[in-house]
Amino acid sequence: MQVVPTTHPPLARLKESFVNKRSLVSTLRWSCAGAAVFLSGCNMEVLSPKGDVGMQEKSLILIALGLMLLVVIPVIAMTLIFAWRYRASNTKATYAPKWSHSTAIEAVVWTIPCIIIAILATITWRTSHTLDPYKPLDSKVKPITIQVVSLDWKWLFIYPDYGVASVNEIAFPTDVPVHFEITSDSVMNAFFIPQLGSQIYAMAGMETQVNLIANEPGNYAGLSTNYSGEGFSDMHFAAIATSQQGFKDWVNKAKASSTQLNVQAYHALAQPSEKQGVSYYAAVTPGLFNNVIQQYMSDMSMNRIGTPPPAQASAIPSPNDHAKASE
Amino acid sequence: MFGKLSLSAIPFHEPIIMGTLLMVSLAGAALLGWVTYQRKWGYLWSEWFTTVDHKRIGVMYIIMALLMLLRGFADAIMMRGQQAMASADAAGYLPPHHYDQIFTAHGDIMIFFMAMPFITGLMNLVVPLQIGARDVAYPFLNSLSYWLTASGVVLIMVSMFVGDFAATGWLAYPPLSELKFSPTVGVDYYIWSLQLSGLGTTLSGINFIVTILRMRTPGMTLMKMPVFTWTALVTNILIVAAFPVLTVTLALLAADRYLDMHFFTNELGGNAMMYVNLIWIWGHPEVYILVLPCFGAFSEIIATFSGKPLFGYKSMVYATAGIGILSFLVWLHHFFTMGSGADVNAFFGIMTMIISVPTGVKLFNWLFTMYRGRVRLTVPVLWTIGFMVTFTVGGMTGVLLAVPGADFVLHNSVFLIAHFHNVIIGGVVFGCLAAMNYWFPKAFGFKLEERFGKYSFWCWLVGFYVAFVPLYILGLKGMTRRMNHYVNPEWQPYLVVALIGAVIIMAGIGFTLLQIVVSVRNRAENRDLTGDPWGGRTLEWSTSSPPPFYNFAVLPHVEELDQFWADKEHKRAYKRQARYADIHMPRNTGVGVFMGAFGTAMGFALVWHIWWLAAAGLLGMVGSFIARAYDTDVDYYVSGAEVEKIERARLVPSQKLVDHVDPASAGQKVA
Amino acid sequence: MSSSAITANHDVIAHGADEHHDDGSKTLLGFWIYLMSDCLIFSALFATFGVLANATAGGPSGKELFDLPYVLGETMLLLVSSFTFGVAMLNMHAERRNKVIGWLFITLLFGAAFVAMEIHEFAHLIHEGAGPDRSAFLSSYFTLVGTHGLHVTCGLIWIVVMMDMLRRYGLNDAVRRRLSCLSLFWHFLDVVWICVFTIVYLRGVL
Repeated sequence: MQVVPTTHPPLARLKESFVNKRSLVSTLRWSCAGAAVFLSGCNMEVLSPKGDVGMQEKSLILIALGLMLLVVIPVIAMTLIFAWRYRASNTKATYAPKWSHSTAIEAVVWTIPCIIIAILATITWRTSHTLDPYKPLDSKVKPITIQVVSLDWKWLFIYPDYGVASVNEIAFPTDVPVHFEITSDSVMNAFFIPQLGSQIYAMAGMETQVNLIANEPGNYAGLSTNYSGEGFSDMHFAAIATSQQGFKDWVNKAKASSTQLNVQAYHALAQPSEKQGVSYYAAVTPGLFNNVIQQYMSDMSMNRIGTPPPAQASAIPSPNDHAKASE
Repeated sequence: MFGKLSLSAIPFHEPIIMGTLLMVSLAGAALLGWVTYQRKWGYLWSEWFTTVDHKRIGVMYIIMALLMLLRGFADAIMMRGQQAMASADAAGYLPPHHYDQIFTAHGDIMIFFMAMPFITGLMNLVVPLQIGARDVAYPFLNSLSYWLTASGVVLIMVSMFVGDFAATGWLAYPPLSELKFSPTVGVDYYIWSLQLSGLGTTLSGINFIVTILRMRTPGMTLMKMPVFTWTALVTNILIVAAFPVLTVTLALLAADRYLDMHFFTNELGGNAMMYVNLIWIWGHPEVYILVLPCFGAFSEIIATFSGKPLFGYKSMVYATAGIGILSFLVWLHHFFTMGSGADVNAFFGIMTMIISVPTGVKLFNWLFTMYRGRVRLTVPVLWTIGFMVTFTVGGMTGVLLAVPGADFVLHNSVFLIAHFHNVIIGGVVFGCLAAMNYWFPKAFGFKLEERFGKYSFWCWLVGFYVAFVPLYILGLKGMTRRMNHYVNPEWQPYLVVALIGAVIIMAGIGFTLLQIVVSVRNRAENRDLTGDPWGGRTLEWSTSSPPPFYNFAVLPHVEELDQFWADKEHKRAYKRQARYADIHMPRNTGVGVFMGAFGTAMGFALVWHIWWLAAAGLLGMVGSFIARAYDTDVDYYVSGAEVEKIERARLVPSQKLVDHVDPASAGQKVA
Repeated sequence: MSSSAITANHDVIAHGADEHHDDGSKTLLGFWIYLMSDCLIFSALFATFGVLANATAGGPSGKELFDLPYVLGETMLLLVSSFTFGVAMLNMHAERRNKVIGWLFITLLFGAAFVAMEIHEFAHLIHEGAGPDRSAFLSSYFTLVGTHGLHVTCGLIWIVVMMDMLRRYGLNDAVRRRLSCLSLFWHFLDVVWICVFTIVYLRGVL
């Protein structure tokens, strides 16, 4: 059983805000433990995260569930109890055929959900900011940048700092923040490594970002979570979290590859294909990632990758406010 | 001549589709043959197809919804079968192109052609009766709305056999749905079937708003309206406010595909995120459009069968209106992972949570309606209790998904699938089936069998949990939606269990059909001569079952919330009139059928680029409408003597019931 | 609203008839609601235009394309047509059938001239290589303005039908009711056009 919510540092941190509400905390702990026992029968990747982001998200899920169970369990219990107690055949129960209003009850049933939602809203406001995928992670170590391009139907990963690239496999050292810059050269996809935390959409002509970290070494499954057509189901990749040495070895393996990712190789790769295997590129044309984005942001000619990027068209919203632009 | 259409459009090489085509053709031929043999065409045409009677239109909507439930469920069980098989990269039996169409069609059919017709049918059947009206505000428009919806159904069914359907997911997100990535006619079928039925829905929304605002019987102020009518009013306001946005969104997508425009393309400044925003500005209110009337039906049922007035009527009304308004302020929670920034995400997350407050209040109100009541555990009540338990769970997972930080790991997973099935099956499907059991005797004059109704309920309830709890777990295991096959063999056992759940639900659907068949066969035993089989509280139960075509010989006068209950208590119900006035009624018309047929032709022609036929279809629609405007023979009077004859024939049995207002004794009569 | 409806019902009951005798208020309410939903269609198109207004993709912008005096001419045509429709309605209230037909005809001419000018403008833009397929901005421009033009065209057909009905049936209840709806529709399109003129053309050029 990997779920031990009550001892988790982020959970404890979140709980600090409730220390003066002892009963609430104990109920929360009880419900979280209950949920943990219920879920311990199977290994759940999302609830057994291997990185700090995922851990915070797991705590958040359990706290939110616990809070809601405070209302949900009584409602379900009352439903069943009332239906049974006041069944028509039970003539011993009180029957009040005219009774249909009680200011006291009304006040309670409006107030209790309001209180719970107010608490939950506070948590939501805070965690939306702390867990914002764009926010760099607190760490003394300099993050690694990986540029991600979703193609039909595979993932291209570029390491701008190392000059290598790979398809359908990434590696990074543990305890080092990884800064992903993500785009698409086709339809929408979403980039997700369940055991590390947050996912984010990959969209053509713009860059989205997510910051993740792995605290334990391992080979984690990554996938696209936004349906993108026929080859979608095979759009998975391996995310290898390893030691610094292991990461160096991985980069060297890529550097030893016989192929380079130049403009022609990119165009060949961008053609639709399914069940693409893992491959490595020893070198990458500089600026390739930006060119992939820019090709959709200017004028009529397509496939301009390799030519210098034109000035950014204002039509494409900056990554952080595109939803606002569409409102 | 035939645009892009040729014989190769029929997928002869797909054994599953050809088998289905064969079955559908045989069943269709048998049905047509039977109708011909029985010489019922004239009857069907003059009494049903051309009818402007809201009750019959309501029945036709519900029949359509049940048929589409079968189609949508067939898609569902095929998906569950595929996922149960396609483990560890096995191919399963459905290739991606077919499977992708199936999950798209499943979503579209269940929402647009099952749930929407079902609630529209219920509102048609019940609202005018509840407000003491003789028909809706625009009876012809009502018929037109039905036939436009029907033309959408025809198009989406034809797409299965001629060409293909969209393989894009039920909301057809661009750029995938753009011509470049979906070059076949599938998305075009999607666009035109939804546009036609959407037009019908909008017109029906306008119709019901006016009906409810202007045609209530004397004395019925807004705060004396039955709760179902209140929910219907809010739903129709939402329809009129939301469906135009859908119309625009689909029209813009059509402009991209047909006129080479660039609203949502990757190239030339298109902005796919705008589509996602627009479609959800319609899409989220749509969820409440579906569920609010079901809340209304549950309210009526729980009050009637508890033998008590609804607890907290005013709360219920304010909660309904509040949900209606809030539903327009939450759409962004469908795409927290688009990188909108923390403030925007948090705002929409919190707005979403706030909706759970009025929803929670409703649940408490239903609870306290049962409290100190005499709850008769009939089939509609079982559905209601099943709903209250199931919907609470679904609401909880919904609020969880509304927390952006949680959504970052749960978005687009099968956890999400489990959540919305939890609220849509638990809320809408349970609500529709509860309402069908509750109002069936009103529509047909005999009750539905209890026994098969109970079997159906238990199968649905158990089947639901068996099918969707595994999906909740799989979502937490990181399984995403819409997968044709998958690598991780650990997922398979859960998917096999989910398939078993789907099979149990299938049994539930089977029992519902059996329930209807058996009830029709044994209708003599289940006959309700009183018009009030459940000890009802609202006006629809004061008239006979089925009601006369004019609903009320004399418009009832309303002074209280549960007027009919009070009338029975004070022995004022079933008053005999000395003399009856003439009644003004609308005349049946076939124009709605013709316009629907022209609409179907136009939609089909647009899909296949048969431009002359599209033009002819459009001309036909406009022409029929104008021709209708020239028709001055659209109404007639039923003479007072005729009304008197009908009323005398029915009042005799009803009079005996005046004493039987004690719900407990009525309950024993039921059992 | 509800209370007046109920009193109306009371009166009707008192006179032994029933609610199916529509005095036109029900139709007008329904038509208002329809106009509100149409208004939402335009709102969504305006919002789309707002989002895509700068997405010229290297193609021409509004500043380069729009000819303000020409559009001002279109605007005047539509405004005058609204005025002439108003005169037709005044004549309807004064029970002068032939004058109604006459003023409707004048409205028809102005409306048709508006549509003709718009088609000419579109043809010119397309000829210059600034068609709706050139950029997202032009897609949204053509769609927004074209949807308005399509509405005006429907209005023209409606006017023709009403002229014919007036000739056949005179000023009966149904004809009056429909003329009132048409009048609402026509003025509504005027209002929408003012928004188009301001948001699309003025903002585009200035």
